[in-house]
This record gives sequence, C-alpha cells and structure tokens, in this order.
Amino acid sequence: MKARVIVTLKNGVLDPQGKAIEGALSSLGVPGVASVRQGKVFDVELSLADKEAAREALTAACEKLLANTVIENFHIEL
Amino acid sequence: MKAAVIVFPGSNREGDMARALQQATGRKPDMLWHGDHELPAGTDLVVLPGGFSYGDYLRCGAVAGRAAIMDAVRAHAARGGLVLGVCNGFQILCESGLLPGVLMRNANLRFVCKMQHLRVERSDTPFTRHYAAGQTIEVAIAHGEGNYEADDATIERLEGEGLVAFRYCDAQGRVGGAANPNGSRNDIAGIFSDRRNVLGLMPHPENLIDPLAGGIDGRGLFESLAAA
Repeated sequence: MKARVIVTLKNGVLDPQGKAIEGALSSLGVPGVASVRQGKVFDVELSLADKEAAREALTAACEKLLANTVIENFHIEL
Repeated sequence: MKAAVIVFPGSNREGDMARALQQATGRKPDMLWHGDHELPAGTDLVVLPGGFSYGDYLRCGAVAGRAAIMDAVRAHAARGGLVLGVCNGFQILCESGLLPGVLMRNANLRFVCKMQHLRVERSDTPFTRHYAAGQTIEVAIAHGEGNYEADDATIERLEGEGLVAFRYCDAQGRVGGAANPNGSRNDIAGIFSDRRNVLGLMPHPENLIDPLAGGIDGRGLFESLAAA
C-alpha cells in the first residue's frame, strides 16, 4: 500500500524558509501570493494490507520521528 | 570526573571536545559510538558534540535523538547524571526530549560563523561554577539552525525557573537587537533541564580553551565540570 505523509509547521511558528520563498515569488512578479509555508512530503510504501493498521503505523512513525510535534502537524493520506 | 563523548555519523567537533575535557579533567574521555547501548560504568558526564549528525537529514538532531545510545543517555540524565550538548548536541537534546523547545533555521537564513559574546545567567550550577553570574564571555558560534523557539508557556517556565543558561549579548553585556545572531526567543543561547543537570547550548566553548585560538573564555565551563 502506498501512503503519503505531509508534515507542516503549526500555525504561529515562524517559518524563515517559507518567508524567503514568499519574498522570492514576490520579486519574480508572481501575482496573488499572500503567504508561503514550507513543509515536507514523505512517500511511504507499506507492506500492510489493512488501512487501519497502516494509519496506526504511520501515526507512530510521525510521532516518533517524521514530525517534531512541538512545532509541526502531520497529515496522512492513504 | 569521568566523561564520555558520543560520536554520531557526521559529528565533527568530538576531537575539540575531548581535548577541552582532557585539559580540564586530566583524563581522556571515553569516545562512544551512537550504536552502543551502554555508558561505561562510572560515567559522570555525557557529552554530545557539535557537527552534522546524520547529515542533518529530516531535521537537525532528529535521527541522532533516536539513536540506540540515547536511551542510555536518557537513563543517565534521569539518575541526575550530567549531560552537555553543544551545537548539534543541543539540537539532539531537544529532539530527544531531554530539553524542551526546538532549534529553527536562523531568522536571517544565513549560516553564522563568528565570535560571539554571551552573558552567563547563573553560576550556581555544575556547568557554570567557574563563572560569575552576569559575566560576559566571548566564545565562537557556527550554526545555520540555532534559532531557539518554544511555545509561550515553555519560555515562561524557562524564565520563571531560571533555566536559561546563556544569552547572546554584545561586548558590554547588553542583550537584544543586533547582539542576537539568529533570532532566538529571549536571546537564548543555552538552557538547563529542570534539575539543571542537562545543559544545551549553541556556542562552542570547547574552541576557546587555548590562547592560540583567540581566547580562553570557554575554559570556565570545563573547569566547572571537572570540579563537579
């Protein structure tokens, strides 16, 4: 089973990289960009068949390593 | 004082750290590999050196924070044993849960490598006894992700309980503004754990122990530890 995990900074956490990208887009003249937040995407191949078990495993992966839950949220797509 | 330095793939300041420890304590520290499971019997101090553990992949210190040896380091800290993390070591301490908060990308997005003044916040700890509270020292910084962040409640607790160890300041000891090289909340350069037996800091005191290298303001930390 293929899964995608998306890790993003929580609202309110300063994102210097997102801010730099935002500034670059503005200087490139791209219109309509109000703000940019940078995150991470993990494409995970699972050997599990059961969706619930997969979600549980990925939640553990996020809480143990993939996300720093002090500053980041995670979202799992199965 | 029996010290152990943990070496991770990508650590690069372990040699400087070992030299500083040997100069102050008179004995060579044990060098341990990240895959080890135990600390040598009688270890008083565990040191996580600077560098780029695991290439800083995922987040700085994230993978090292979950390395096999870290369970032993956590147990050592829980027993009241001393733990010091410098630069990447500080990032590892935050990622491993031994210290609160996180080190974000420097606010100006630049890697900063320069001499930096620090204010020693208190001198009644095993790490800072050989300094005076309020003293200004000059050591080196070299990091791209030293911007200390934590939620408001954590910052309030650190301040309220006197857990801020060092703050960035200028040569006159004034904090704030341009004296802060990376945007850290409250100019925080280093923090203690609740029981003050764990210290994490971004600057490199181990690089300022020899007049040939430009100063000896880092010695106080190692002399404090040697006497602890």
